[in-house]
Amino acid sequence: MTDVRVPAPAPGTAASDGDEASKPPAWGHRTHAWDEPHGWRRFGRYALLVVITVAVLFPVYTTVVSAFKPSDKFLVNPLVPDSFTLDVIREAWTSGNLGRYLFNSTVVAIAITTAQVVTSLLSGYAFAYLRFPGRKIVFYAFLATLLVPLEATVFVNFQTIESGLTLPFSLPLIGDHIPFGGLNSFQALIVPFLATAFGTFLMRQALLDLPSDLREAARLDGIGHLGFIRHVAVPLVRPTLAALALFTFLSAWNQYLWPSLIINEADANTVQSGLRVLSKSNLDQPNLVMAGTVIAAIPILIVLIIFQKQLVRGLTAGAVKG
Amino acid sequence: MLAPSAFILGLFIVYPLGRAVWLGQQRCNAFGDQCRSNGFDQYLDIFTSNEFQSALRATIILTVITVPLGLFLGVGLAVLADKHLRGVGFFRTAFSSTIATSVAVASLMWLFLLQPSVGALANIDWINSLFPVIKDPGLLQDPDTALPSVAMSSVWAGLGFTFILVTASLQGVPRELHEAAAVDGATGTMRFWKITVPLLAPTLIFVVIVLTTRAFQTFGEVDLLTNGGPRPGNSTTTITYFVYGEASVIASDPGLQAGGAVLLFVILLFLSGLQLRGLGRRTDLG
Repeated sequence: MTDVRVPAPAPGTAASDGDEASKPPAWGHRTHAWDEPHGWRRFGRYALLVVITVAVLFPVYTTVVSAFKPSDKFLVNPLVPDSFTLDVIREAWTSGNLGRYLFNSTVVAIAITTAQVVTSLLSGYAFAYLRFPGRKIVFYAFLATLLVPLEATVFVNFQTIESGLTLPFSLPLIGDHIPFGGLNSFQALIVPFLATAFGTFLMRQALLDLPSDLREAARLDGIGHLGFIRHVAVPLVRPTLAALALFTFLSAWNQYLWPSLIINEADANTVQSGLRVLSKSNLDQPNLVMAGTVIAAIPILIVLIIFQKQLVRGLTAGAVKG
Repeated sequence: MLAPSAFILGLFIVYPLGRAVWLGQQRCNAFGDQCRSNGFDQYLDIFTSNEFQSALRATIILTVITVPLGLFLGVGLAVLADKHLRGVGFFRTAFSSTIATSVAVASLMWLFLLQPSVGALANIDWINSLFPVIKDPGLLQDPDTALPSVAMSSVWAGLGFTFILVTASLQGVPRELHEAAAVDGATGTMRFWKITVPLLAPTLIFVVIVLTTRAFQTFGEVDLLTNGGPRPGNSTTTITYFVYGEASVIASDPGLQAGGAVLLFVILLFLSGLQLRGLGRRTDLG
């Protein structure tokens, strides 16, 4: 729980010279930087940092300690790590169903991430390079969807997913009814999030930042739209793509409201709605719930440790380009 | 190329919003069916109802606690851990760590922390004797402390996000500026307000927007920590919980639920309008 690091080089306001910032300052050979506190002030600052760290990590500490304590010992003194067992973790994994939930969440988050990277690239490219009638109106319509919170649409989306979509006309191959899998299906968890305006604008901006002759040169070489995206644009906008992918993966993984509404069968839950079920049906066994919480937190912890760099980019993308 | 995105956004954002506006003026029977039009002044009825007003009040209190406190802690800790201290990396890791928790994970940690009989705080004697409410009836069970406790869990969960963003943009503040000001005799406090804050302004505004929106969308914390209770009074029923919570009074009334969802959208729209105006005025600082 404690291992997510803030990468030293930070894009933030100055994304381009992040590498400069990571080097030690020029006066690094001295023992103290000019603004480094020393003496009592130094001690005071450390003391303050330690106190706050203890406070911030306290909920994590109590969670981890209780997750690894046998149930009988847990009730006597839940705060002291005087005994250790994996039994509770094992119970959460099997009868608590956490293993199944992790699998479901992984499938859903990967599917949403993959789809959003593709749809964002395509629509971002369309807004960046294509001229078509009604372009402005569509552009502002996309922009406007950013203002609509999930909470306003979830209600009707529930009905759409539950009963499918009946079209007023018949499409080849599909017919006039799109079923969407119904409640408790993977499709239900995935389909509403296949595309976002956020991703569209992020990719549009990244594509517009490419040198303008590039598209022209590719066109003269006879490279079409999709060829340009695949072979020229993708390698160049890879950092933005990675940030978008991480941001999307985390958002998909952390969804709470949507899965807890459309899932009512135990096996179909994601990690988040599964934790909800675990908590509400085991109020008398907090250590089992805490064990589930530990299991649920570990994959994201690993993802964040691997992709620290993209995390800051992903978080600041909203600030700079949203 | 636009078709996939346009189809999804149209079907899952534009259409449901329009349909919710239509459904929101319908009145249904006790079983939630046989709905019929009740006129658009139903929105006014919902808005002025005691239940919605109470949810709005809870949401605003939550916002008033979490946004300033979250901003203060995020900026404070980022500045505190920005100095060239040995081992500062450890503290940064600790302060960022809550970014790894989802709403469910963070809320369940706090549920155990605050649980009145076997919970963590209830097992520390000196804290208990200072605040007897922790054991009886429990911070989440007492109508006066329930909402602030939910807010604390929210602030904790959001700390990592704020800390990482502010720390990242602090690195963009040139040290030469601080050094030059220090040579001219500016104290640390003066430099913080005259150099750090103006240069961080765009980030701080972004953080305020995100924290405010998040507060108005609070659902998971309430669902897991209090179920909208303690009852009666429902002091932690936020607007989102009022609309979607399984223990909400309107849980089986689709017309009122849709109406509440639309009102939430209108309120958020109003807030983002305010914030965009503020943003337009303040960006010249950055």
